[in-house]
Amino acid sequence: MTAQPVLRIRINGHPVDVPAPPERILLDLLREDLNLTGTKRGCDLGTCGCCTVLLDGRPTLSCLTLAAMADGRAVTTVEGVSSGPALHPVQQSFVDHGATQCGFCTPGFVMTAVALLRDHPHASREQVMDAISGNLCRCTGYTKIVEAILAARAAGPA
Amino acid sequence: MDAAQRPEHRLIGGSIPYIEGPLKVSGRTEYTDDLKRPGMLVGRLLRAPWAHAKLLRVDVTKAREMPGVFAVLTGERYPTPFGVLPITKDETAIAVDRSRYIGDVIAAVAAQDELTAERALAAVEVQVEALPEYTDPRMGRTRVDAPIHEKGLNHSNIQKEVVQHFGDVDAAFRSAAATARVRASFAGVTHAFTEPQCTIAEATPDGRLTVWSSTQVPHYLHRSLSEVLGLPMHRIRVIKPEVGGGFGGKSDPLPHEIACAALALETGRPVKILFDRDEVFYTNHGRHPTFNDVQIAADAEGHLLGYDIEAVIEGGAWSSFGTVTTYYNGVMAMGPYRLPNFRYKGQRVFTNRPPSGAMRAHGGTNIRYSVEVALDQLAETLKLDPFDLRARNALPPNSTTINEFRITSTSFLKCLSAARDRSGWAEKWGRLPYGQGVGLGCGFYISGSNSPIHFTPKMPQCTVHLKADMDGGITVHCMQADIGQGSNTLLAAIVAEVVGVSLDRVHVSPVDSDVTPVDIGSYSSRVTFMMGNAARKAAEALRDRLLEATHQLTGYPRDALRVGVERYEVEHRPEVGVSYMEALQQAMQGTGALQSTGAYTSPPVGGTFKGARAGTAPAYSFAAYVAQVSVDEETGSYGVEKVWAAFDCGRPLNRLAVEGQIHGSIHMGLGQLMGESMDYRGSRLMNPSLLDYKILMPQQMPEVECLLVGDADPEGPFGAKEAGEGPLVATLPAVANALYDAVGVRFYDLPITPDRVLKGIDRRRAEGRSWKGH
Repeated sequence: MTAQPVLRIRINGHPVDVPAPPERILLDLLREDLNLTGTKRGCDLGTCGCCTVLLDGRPTLSCLTLAAMADGRAVTTVEGVSSGPALHPVQQSFVDHGATQCGFCTPGFVMTAVALLRDHPHASREQVMDAISGNLCRCTGYTKIVEAILAARAAGPA
Repeated sequence: MDAAQRPEHRLIGGSIPYIEGPLKVSGRTEYTDDLKRPGMLVGRLLRAPWAHAKLLRVDVTKAREMPGVFAVLTGERYPTPFGVLPITKDETAIAVDRSRYIGDVIAAVAAQDELTAERALAAVEVQVEALPEYTDPRMGRTRVDAPIHEKGLNHSNIQKEVVQHFGDVDAAFRSAAATARVRASFAGVTHAFTEPQCTIAEATPDGRLTVWSSTQVPHYLHRSLSEVLGLPMHRIRVIKPEVGGGFGGKSDPLPHEIACAALALETGRPVKILFDRDEVFYTNHGRHPTFNDVQIAADAEGHLLGYDIEAVIEGGAWSSFGTVTTYYNGVMAMGPYRLPNFRYKGQRVFTNRPPSGAMRAHGGTNIRYSVEVALDQLAETLKLDPFDLRARNALPPNSTTINEFRITSTSFLKCLSAARDRSGWAEKWGRLPYGQGVGLGCGFYISGSNSPIHFTPKMPQCTVHLKADMDGGITVHCMQADIGQGSNTLLAAIVAEVVGVSLDRVHVSPVDSDVTPVDIGSYSSRVTFMMGNAARKAAEALRDRLLEATHQLTGYPRDALRVGVERYEVEHRPEVGVSYMEALQQAMQGTGALQSTGAYTSPPVGGTFKGARAGTAPAYSFAAYVAQVSVDEETGSYGVEKVWAAFDCGRPLNRLAVEGQIHGSIHMGLGQLMGESMDYRGSRLMNPSLLDYKILMPQQMPEVECLLVGDADPEGPFGAKEAGEGPLVATLPAVANALYDAVGVRFYDLPITPDRVLKGIDRRRAEGRSWKGH
């Protein structure tokens, strides 16, 4: 048996070396190999957005991404959004506004929103809706999610 | 603060962020698929690629011999039928002798990894003999060659037939000054929750079986596992981890849950079955595809004289909740209006398609659409404002419907007033330019089914246990299933409110049948009402112990004391009192941790005729929604700009949660109205993915104004009623009636897609009708 390639990925700020066959999907690498289960598997087809992570800062569907594509790059998952017990302003806003019901889609929305507000601290309602249009939520009707992101915009660094 | 201005409650009635929110936004909640057990195997199911076929041979010999394969099971191993209703158990964990729809389970395999499991499934050899396929419920109502189930009425595919007649409908129609009729068809829709079903099962050498599953009704799963596997319930432990949405789709015990447990028993190893997204669609149990025909009679002033309703609903391959659904498609029309005569004939027909089941506003959605559109037509005929027609017929509080539903609280008239005033109805209805319109739709739903499924006489529907120990924390045990609706938060808030402690002292135990006393689950919008009452009783019992301790410490009589915040004090000398911790320590002397119990049993209501229990509830919710739409006459596409949602859930306990339920209900209702559809070609589901089955995007959601105008219900906890399903039903007819106001076209086939709007407009023009009839 030939040795598996070893990927070096900076995950949530920490470089890790992880062996992975070439066909390994990033979502499987995170959930199965690294036990980072905050990233959710909703469809495996890139249709629901539950598995959204940041790859070099860009929202990326980890179920459609080969782990090898993350080699030498930085991956941020929902576990890496805040440090210590304090929540990121986007996360806190989701809590305060009731923007999470069943919570299964929430990590994906949080990642999308964190990236949006980092690049567009004053994002408009339309920009918010465009940004989250790749994430499905069946509980909230998106209403409180949009409210939460808009409120985080005001609370976060301008 | 002036006493009159002081809020009645400290927590209840406010907006309480969900207690598990910080965990959910951090990805730290554990759903079933997030769990791993040592030595865990992967379970996969072989699903039938053909719909209706006799299984001549299912040969698993080669599959069993493959390296890495630990077990391959077929149907005859556990053939005991199960089902959510005790009267219609017709599902098996794995198909026995016959497959009934594309997606039916033919074999189950446990292997070392997914790839090995898939290869094993491919190695199963199956020989079948094709049977005739039945895919139109209207065609299955007479004698057929090969009924899908043996028990079909008169060798047909009818699973359930309901005939009800109260009063004299024929006489009502003979004396009517005006009538209206709606004949409508509804495509099937499905729950589309984001978390695919997942189950882990583990059998241990002590003779016990533990099952973790994404279920909204752990207790029925518990019972079904016991029945099918032949293990007593006390040797089975059911744990419900966090559940990523249910909406009714995780309320039946499902074949894969039992198959997973069977594989665990067979292998002695933990086994996990996680669905692919297409398996979620094939498993379905969504809203029944429906054909209904509603006729309404009224006198010249618009007083309703009678309804004459027929419905044919498509059950798919299994019975599921279908007997209940068949009744609901009639009796959910009993409110919110006073009705002297009522006739209903409903049939649920099996087809060779994925099973239909319970979906949010179960059985009440499609009939509500047809009734409310018919009322809009009736108002036009009688030249009445749709609001006036409805107000004139409102069910009064403390009344009884003709089929003996007990109505206690109703704030329906307040809902009508609020929706009318806030929406600017008087300036808009019939007055907006072409392509824009407003419409009214109303609603009525049960606040908890009065009849528990699996009813054991005198057993409560919900029990709550509390434990207060030396750390000052209070642990709540109850098997209620939080699936995102916020019932954990509600449970904690009720306890904190009544006992008088801060919310962070209260921990809600995870659902675990070894620990949490039975609650019969999250369905029929029963949790707020039933669990809320049980929690309140348990908390009052605990509070009374603490007040007794306060009496012992202060010497003041019990009835002179009151609950403060983290403190118990003398009513007229509030400076005299003891802290919660002092009272707790006093009360624990000689007994240790305090424990208390509260339970809820629904009151005896309803008639005694056959089927009388269907639709009985301890209370009902009411709704009046106005929707405003804008139609593009070139493309037929339309948008819902705003919904004014006046809803009577009694007194809301957690406004944040009620608003969330209304938003989510409107999203789901609009989805069904505007585009969601389980599309079939014959027996084959054509769109089993979230790309092809489209739920609404954020841009399609209207602005929603929640108008919570309900008065307190006399029996609800703190005056509350349900808000989980009732908020859906008014959505669809409000938009359809708004489309009529906008373009002068009635729509009788759902979903109302842009092409149907264009065709409707063309037809109206061809018929030379004007676009505003009123």
